[in-house]
Amino acid sequence: MSTQTIAGAEVELNDEGFFVHPEQWNEAVGAVIAREAGIDPMTDRHWQVVRYMRSQYLETGSAPSIRTLGKASGVPVKELYQLFPKGPAKLAAKIAGIPKPRGCI
Amino acid sequence: MGAAPIEKVSIIVSKGSFDGIYPALIMANGARMDGIEASLFFTFFGLDAVNKARNEHVKVASVGNPGLHIATWLGGVPGMSAMVTHKLAKRMEELDFPSIPEFLELIHDSGAGLYACKASVDMFELTKADFIDEIDDIITVGEFYEQAAGGQIIFT
Repeated sequence: MSTQTIAGAEVELNDEGFFVHPEQWNEAVGAVIAREAGIDPMTDRHWQVVRYMRSQYLETGSAPSIRTLGKASGVPVKELYQLFPKGPAKLAAKIAGIPKPRGCI
Repeated sequence: MGAAPIEKVSIIVSKGSFDGIYPALIMANGARMDGIEASLFFTFFGLDAVNKARNEHVKVASVGNPGLHIATWLGGVPGMSAMVTHKLAKRMEELDFPSIPEFLELIHDSGAGLYACKASVDMFELTKADFIDEIDDIITVGEFYEQAAGGQIIFT
């Protein structure tokens, strides 16, 4: 666990870089995390996924599965993997400032 | 943590039962979700998973399956296998697991390769037309090893 200042905001991240307190997040912070993770630039399509992830988490208390993400985020599975080649669900969760998704699907 | 991360897996599916197929699909999809390169190789009865006429009708074995914890004679009652499968599939759907056909489409869209084993295809007298569109190719065991090079091989 470490406290860092990203884009002027003080945020607490766990050892894997996920937010401990999702409320410390804002989009400027998300953009910096995305760039550090090699996603540059963050396009509208990236943001669509990240915003959907975050809203689902805030609504339901857990991150959506890749299946739900592909069906409901407006970005199909193929494109999800093009946008986030290192794994869409986890990377999008990191950028969205929510905990690491723990589902097996 | 600490050890070098797995970067590539080649998963062999040799069984044609519900519980013989799902674990491999979950592992392949899970690999892709973590950015791990993955491919699936279907052989013997595992080919049913990618056989268009059969992959919607894959069943849990209710006879000779001690995991079900039912009496042997009960397992053989007509319709038992279908009922057990239905119950399990329903529970999995609640947990957001797709059906086998949908799961294969998801895995294929995630960038994993899907291959049918040539020896088994010949043995069952099948052709590429018998398989779902997501099957990339029918390959020999030698070609399987070539494409599995540098990764882990998992036999299920």
